[in-house]
Amino acid sequence: MKTAARLLSLVALAGTILPPVLFFTGHMDLDATKLWMLVATIVWFAATPVWMDR
Amino acid sequence: MADDIRTPQAEPVDEYEREPVPQRAWLGFSSFVGQYAGEHTAGTELMIGPLFIASGVSAIDVVGGLFVGNLLAVLSWVFLTAPIAVRARLTLYFQLEKICGRKLVTVYNLANGVMFCFLAGAMVTVNATAAGVWLHIAMPGLNDTYPNSAGWVATVLVMGVLMTVVAAYGYKVVARIANIAAPWMVLVFIAYGIIGARQLGIDSVSTFWPKAQELIWTGGLPLAGRAKFTFWHVMFFAWFCNMAMHIGMADLSVFRYARKSWYAVGSAAGMYLGHFVAWLAASILYAQQLHATPGNTDVLPGPLAYNAAGIAGVLCVIVAGWTTANPTIYRAGLAFQAISPSSSRYRVTLFTGGVATLAGMFPAIAMKLLDFVALYGLVLMPMGAVVFVDFWLAKRCGFRSNYADVSGTDVNWAAGLAWVLTLGGCLAVVNMGGSQIYFVGLPGWFAAAALYIVLSRLLQRKAVQL
Repeated sequence: MKTAARLLSLVALAGTILPPVLFFTGHMDLDATKLWMLVATIVWFAATPVWMDR
Repeated sequence: MADDIRTPQAEPVDEYEREPVPQRAWLGFSSFVGQYAGEHTAGTELMIGPLFIASGVSAIDVVGGLFVGNLLAVLSWVFLTAPIAVRARLTLYFQLEKICGRKLVTVYNLANGVMFCFLAGAMVTVNATAAGVWLHIAMPGLNDTYPNSAGWVATVLVMGVLMTVVAAYGYKVVARIANIAAPWMVLVFIAYGIIGARQLGIDSVSTFWPKAQELIWTGGLPLAGRAKFTFWHVMFFAWFCNMAMHIGMADLSVFRYARKSWYAVGSAAGMYLGHFVAWLAASILYAQQLHATPGNTDVLPGPLAYNAAGIAGVLCVIVAGWTTANPTIYRAGLAFQAISPSSSRYRVTLFTGGVATLAGMFPAIAMKLLDFVALYGLVLMPMGAVVFVDFWLAKRCGFRSNYADVSGTDVNWAAGLAWVLTLGGCLAVVNMGGSQIYFVGLPGWFAAAALYIVLSRLLQRKAVQL
């Protein structure tokens, strides 16, 4: 459970920073960037409390 | 920054307040890296970055000034604060009480608590700009001093009351959110910069620097009512925005837990993530706003973050503001409670949060945050010089260290006069136009140290003769 949550947290961090990078390189538009950042934020706050500081 | 306040990762430490920290409670290097990285990536970073642009700074000055200033801040923690902390292993307050006496420490606590209240007020202001994105209220402009709409007052009131109640009753919950949010927050701050740069038309790393000089940090005239910033302004601001913590010695309370004094190098995580990357990223967002809507000089972190990163961006502002306001309000409460120990901590925290909320309604504090942060450090800095001299130089200079503890006095006038005369002198120089506030901290520290030596020798000799 904790391992899966850690993995999800890593994916969420990647999902937070990759969309802006793709926007910078012209491979994603701004609306999609904002949407993916929001999804990544939700995943981060759902997964991280499972393994961090417990 | 400052933003920048103590220990959001854990409940403020109430242990070993009147004794050295025992070896079993010492902490490793990584504890300090995490703590500084988290607490220096605050909502107020989104105010500071834009204010550099408003001051007409150039690209080379801001990047060079931040690099050098942050390095000097880290070195101040490593060579001035931490060596005393790991030898004495006492809180600043207890060490000051031994040097200055109980009554003088009470005055210091009052000054500290008041400054914390105003700083927390700026954090409430930042969060209200985030809520304002959805509420569509009239928000304050760059040069506003007073609240400019009923909607603004109501929004600050709601945000302030929520933060205050949580600081009083749910401290641990917010502290845990701060811990969880830290890595995500840092990435969102970096994302602000990346997105803002692209919105400005920068589409490759190789074109970033020339475009940054042309579009972001142009080095032109400052906006109306702002001082022109040079390399020296940025360097001294970056070095001294946490002056109270390093050369002011407030972080003795933090590093008394460090196994080795070099662990203070961990402060670099906070300086270079929060006070370098986050400030530059926030600058880029503001430059983009000025580029897209010329004439819109408002520094409103909520809308700036929303335009770049949408809801996730606004959530980051709220989380960053809340998680740093939480310990700020709590610690202001502790400072006031030290003055009136019989008061309940919850009541004192509620009172403190009320004052911070009231302060947050006045946008002048947030909009003049560079000046306020410089003043905050200046007020507390002289006592850091007193601690430094008392610890290292007292015997060599011919007077007794920890004089209040040894003599039983409530007020060590040498320390009190060194504090008041230094602060008064620095403020007089600033008010008479002799220097800007960013530049008086360094000579002020040496002046406080010299005054404390001279006055201690005089007063202690007089006491022996009596």
